[in-house]
Amino acid sequence: MIAFNKYYNHFNVLSGALIIISLLLLIFKGLNFGIDFKGGTLIELRSNDTKINVSSLRDKFSQMNLGDVSVKKFGSDNDFLIKFENKDNKKNIIEEIKVNLDKSFGNSYDFRRVENVGPKVSAELLKSGVIAISLSLAIMLIYIWVRFEWQFSLGAILALFHDVIVTLGVFSLFSLEINLSIIAAVLTIVGYSMNDTVVIFDRVRENLRKYSDIKIFELTNISINETLSRTIITSATTLLALLAIYFFGGEILKGFSLAMILGVVFGTYSSIYIANTVLVRLRVSQKTVLREDDSK
Amino acid sequence: MLYFSKLRIVFITIFSLLFVLIASSNLFKFDDSFFDKKINLGLDLQGGSYLLLEIDNEPVIEQKLQNLTTTIRNFFKDKDIRINNIKIDKQNIFFNVSDENKQQVIEIFEDENSEINPYYPRFKSHQLEIEDTGLNLKINFSRQGLINLKTSSQDQAIEIVRRRVDEVGTNEPNILKRGNSRILVELPGLDDPMRVKSLLGKTANLTFRFVTQNEDDRFGVEKLEFEDGTQEAVVSKRIIISGENLLDAQPKMDTQNNQTIVSFTLDRVGAKRFGKATSTGIGKQLAIVLDGKIISAPVVRDTIASGAGQISGGFTFQSATDLALLLRSGALPAPLEIIEERTVGPDLGQDSINAGMIALSIGFLLVIIFMFVKYRFFGLITNVTLIINLFILLGVLTLFEATLTLPGIAGIILTVGMAVDANVLIFERIKEELKDETNNILAFDGGYTKSRTAIIDANITTLLAAVILFFMGSGPVKGFAVTLGVGIFTTLFSVYFIARLFTSLYVTKNKNSGKLI
Repeated sequence: MIAFNKYYNHFNVLSGALIIISLLLLIFKGLNFGIDFKGGTLIELRSNDTKINVSSLRDKFSQMNLGDVSVKKFGSDNDFLIKFENKDNKKNIIEEIKVNLDKSFGNSYDFRRVENVGPKVSAELLKSGVIAISLSLAIMLIYIWVRFEWQFSLGAILALFHDVIVTLGVFSLFSLEINLSIIAAVLTIVGYSMNDTVVIFDRVRENLRKYSDIKIFELTNISINETLSRTIITSATTLLALLAIYFFGGEILKGFSLAMILGVVFGTYSSIYIANTVLVRLRVSQKTVLREDDSK
Repeated sequence: MLYFSKLRIVFITIFSLLFVLIASSNLFKFDDSFFDKKINLGLDLQGGSYLLLEIDNEPVIEQKLQNLTTTIRNFFKDKDIRINNIKIDKQNIFFNVSDENKQQVIEIFEDENSEINPYYPRFKSHQLEIEDTGLNLKINFSRQGLINLKTSSQDQAIEIVRRRVDEVGTNEPNILKRGNSRILVELPGLDDPMRVKSLLGKTANLTFRFVTQNEDDRFGVEKLEFEDGTQEAVVSKRIIISGENLLDAQPKMDTQNNQTIVSFTLDRVGAKRFGKATSTGIGKQLAIVLDGKIISAPVVRDTIASGAGQISGGFTFQSATDLALLLRSGALPAPLEIIEERTVGPDLGQDSINAGMIALSIGFLLVIIFMFVKYRFFGLITNVTLIINLFILLGVLTLFEATLTLPGIAGIILTVGMAVDANVLIFERIKEELKDETNNILAFDGGYTKSRTAIIDANITTLLAAVILFFMGSGPVKGFAVTLGVGIFTTLFSVYFIARLFTSLYVTKNKNSGKLI
C-alpha cells in the first residue's frame, strides 16, 4: 500500500500555490483569445511556391492596413495561419486580400479555411462559453450533493476548480490560444475529473460504513489504494486515446487534445490530493454517512 | 448478475448485429429503398461555408414609423382631431393634441379593438404604446410589437435568401432562422462563398425615378451617386415603378452594340405606369436606382407600352447575371450583414477526415494492446466489446442521421479511451472479491453488483457535461457533445450486456479453474 496520506499537507501547499500562480497569470497575463472570442479574421493558407513564407506573407499583409496581423506556420512547411483583427469589419476583406496576393504570388496559393467572426458574435460566444463552464460546475456540485454528503460535494468541486483554473493557467503561461474547442475540452475535463473523484468517493463512503474504528486520514488512503489500479488504467487508456489525437489528429485538434491531456493529468492528481484531503480536513466520520442514511 | 436467459442472449445478439449492419451502411451502398440513412458530415469535414446573417431592422422600424405618422394624421383628421408637431425621434413618434382631445386619443390607442393600434390577445399587448409625457404624446413600438415586426421581416428575408441561394445552385443548402433577427446559411461543398456573399449583401431595392432639375419637386428630391462613383444626379423621390413590379429579369446580349444588358418584363400595374410615365416624360432622363445608387439614367425616347424594357450600365456578363438574379428573387425587407463566416475548403475537410481516422485507428490500437497486456483473456473480452461498442455508436449516429464533425471524431476517440473504464472498475472489483472469495461465480457476481453505483455516478457526470455542451455549444463543438453523450449510452449497454454476457459464459464454463482474473 502506498502512503498517499503522508504527503497530503505537501501537496495541499503545492495545489494552493498552483492555483494562486494560475490566478495571477489569468489576471495579469490573461488568456490568448482566438478570433472566436475576440472577433477578427483567420485564414489558413497553403502555398506551392517557396517564395511564399512567413516573412513574405507578413510583408504583404502589413501593407494592407488590417491592423495587427499575425502570420504563423501551421503544421507543415507550406501551411500558414494568418490572423488579424479586421477592426472595421470590412465586408469584402477576403476578396481584397485575394486580389492583393494574386498580384504578388499568382495562383501558387490556396485558402483552405477562412473564418470571420464579428464583434457581436464573439462577445456572445464568450458569454455562452463562460455560462457553459459555470453551469457545468454548478450542476456537478448539485449532483454530488444529491448523491453524497455536502463534505464530498465541497471536495469534488474544489478539485474541479483546481483542474479548470490550473489548465487555463497553463494556457495563459504559454499563451496558447483559447477557442471554442478549448471550452469543449474544459467541459470534458470537468466531466472526467468528476468521474475520477466519484469513483474514489464511492469507495470512501463504502469503507466509512464498513469500518467504524478507522480514522478518515487512514481511510482515504485505503480507498485511494483500493481504487488505484483502476485510476491508473483508466487514465492511461484515456491518455493513449488523447495522445493519438494530439499527434495524428491534425493541427486543428492540437489545442483541444492538449487541454484534455492536461485536464486528465490534473484531474487524476486532484481526485487524490484535493478531493480526499477536503474530507480529512472536514473530519468526515462514519457518523457523517450514517446520519445521511437514516434520513433517506 | 451473471445469469442470462436464452431470450435475452438472442435479443442482445440481434440488437448488436442490427447496429453493426446499420453502421456498415455508411461504408457499403445498400439498396436505397431498404435503408438510406447515413451519417452527415459536418461542414468542417466535407468542406463548405457557414454564414450567419443579421437583419438590420433599424431602417424597417424607421420606415414603419414614417408611414405611421401619415396614418395617424389621416386617421384623426377623420375624427376632427388636429395632430400638431408630429415628429420622429429615436424610434419614438411625438405629437401634440389639444387638451380636451388628449384623453380620447389615448383611449383610442389603448382600446382592445383599436383600428389604429392592433391588439395581440395572446400576448395581452398592443403593437404600440402611448404615453403622455406632459409636453406631448409619445408613441413607440411595444416589446411585442417589435418582436412581431422583427419576426415578419425575418420571415420575408429568409424567403428571399432561400430564393437567391437556390438560384446560385449549390447542393442541399441549409437555411435556418436563428433568434428573431438572424438567419443561418450552410452551404456544403462550396469552397468560395464570394458570389453568395455578394448576392446576400445586397438589398436589391430597385426603383425607376426621373432625374429632375426642379429642386421643388412635389415629392421631394435627393442627390444620388452613380454606381461607378464618378457622377451625381438629383433624382425625384417619386417612384415610377419598383422591383415589386417585375415579373422576370434575364441577362442578355444587346446585338446592336455588343453590350451585356438585363432585360425585364413588368406586371400589368407596372406596365401601365411605365407606359404612362414614358409617354409624358419623353426627353427626360429616367434613373434606374439600385440600393441608393444609380445604375444608369437613359433618356426616354419613346413610349414603352409593352411592359418590357432593358437596363444597361456597363455590365460584365457575370454582373448582369447577378443583377437579373437579384431582381428575380426580390428585394430584402432590410439590409443583411454577415456577422460570422466559416469556410473550409474540400481538401482540408478530406485531410481532417484522414487525420481523424488515423488518430482513431491508432488510439483504438493502443487501447486494445494496453487492455490485452493488462488483462489477457478479460482484456480480449473488453476489446471485442469495444469494437461492438464502436459499431453501435456509429449505428446510433446513422439512425439519427447525426452530423459528424472533426471534434465529433475526437469525441469518438475519447469514448474509446474512457469506455474501458466501466470494465476496469468491474474487473478490479472482482479481483478484490477473489481475495476472500474462492467461488468464482460469487466473486464475479459481487464484482458486478458492488461496482455499479460508482460506474453509474461516474458516467452521469460525463453525460451532464455533454448535455450542457450540446445546448451551449455551436457547430463543430455540438458534434463533439453528441458523440460523447451517445458514447456513454452505448458504452453502458455494451459493458452491461455484451461484455457481461461473454464474461458470464466464460465464468460458468470455468468456474472451478481457480482464480480466473
